[in-house]
Amino acid sequence: MKELSTTDFDSVISQSELPMVVDFWAPWCGPCKVMAPILESIAPDNQQLFTVGKVNVDDQGDLAMRFNVLSIPTFIVFKGGSEIGRFAGAAPAAVFVEKVKGILRG
Amino acid sequence: MSYQVGIIGAGPSGYTAAIYASRANLNTVLFTGLEPGGQLMLTSDVENWPGEEHGILGPELMAKLRTQAGRFGAEIKELSVTAVDLISHPKKLTLSNGTVAECESVIIATGASAKWLDVPGESKLLGRGVSACATCDGFFFKGKNVAVVGGGDSAMEEANFLTKFASRVTVIHRSAEFKASKIMLTRAQNNPKISFKMNAKVVEVLGEDRVTGLKIENLIDQTSADLPFDGLFVAIGHFPNSAIFANQLTVDRKGYITVLAGTTQTNIPGVFAAGDVVDHLYRQAVTAAGTGCIAALEAERWISHGA
Repeated sequence: MKELSTTDFDSVISQSELPMVVDFWAPWCGPCKVMAPILESIAPDNQQLFTVGKVNVDDQGDLAMRFNVLSIPTFIVFKGGSEIGRFAGAAPAAVFVEKVKGILRG
Repeated sequence: MSYQVGIIGAGPSGYTAAIYASRANLNTVLFTGLEPGGQLMLTSDVENWPGEEHGILGPELMAKLRTQAGRFGAEIKELSVTAVDLISHPKKLTLSNGTVAECESVIIATGASAKWLDVPGESKLLGRGVSACATCDGFFFKGKNVAVVGGGDSAMEEANFLTKFASRVTVIHRSAEFKASKIMLTRAQNNPKISFKMNAKVVEVLGEDRVTGLKIENLIDQTSADLPFDGLFVAIGHFPNSAIFANQLTVDRKGYITVLAGTTQTNIPGVFAAGDVVDHLYRQAVTAAGTGCIAALEAERWISHGA
């Protein structure tokens, strides 16, 4: 899972062949801690569908502001370099994957 | 799948029940539902959990309880219970993956969830300025102007917490009196960043991509006005997560499950209820843990003696 920063965010997002789900999180956020192992666990089964990146909003406040993140965790799905959908809050693995698939289906 | 004890819910009450039941060598399963860890996952420091003399982070405490429950063999499954048949024997729990778990006894520890205002704009702007968790989201409102709706302790606590970040916090409350305790209210009233709007009700959350304001109705003269705000924190209390049981179990007017005084026994033998789904008075982590323990002991007695 790739940690993204202001320096590499745009290049990673625009060069990613698969859609990328970016997790905006912080170390002091309880629901974010719940999601970390869930994101790890779903990655292998979904590697044909999407990749996952992470933005620590403590360190990358500019990215949080740029994408209007006002709640964490927020998950933004990027495809071809631009946002195609988002949702906020913790969710169990199956629900998380369904939400992402729903966004990917448009 | 068949078990002796099926526990629904993964807060202090459910985990404590799982610790006691599995340590008593009962074949135990716990279904976490959608919010493993429960309400404490949304808090920061828990300063009144006995034994943690320096306080502990809510999520950290829940991780420890989970590990402790697993240590004695309780199976912990990240599944939700979508329907129940509590009258049959064994009792049947239908799970979110479509399977059914059969349990000799059931402990309901589903807790309570934050209430929402249920006004236009609120759900659309959730995570975009609308929040029920100041400790999670306050950070994003540095130097901003935010509103807290509610008149109880949790509203005062959120308002005080938010002044660490926001430049202005307005508490909006529909009555002229507060349910909050005196100490919490005084703390908020003495905070120069907090102001109060009484006898007022939020009727709409305004904004397209993010909250830009609130339509607020004055309950005395019935006029309404659009006021600019960057964020809305809702702290108007909780409701018990009892909907899927209410056609089989006795619940009170507000939906809290009714138990025999001094026990965790519901109206159905072998079905026990503990924690915030029963308790609307104390609602503490330690009281929830205490009733979770009682529920496991009562389930154990019921399994071995059938009474």
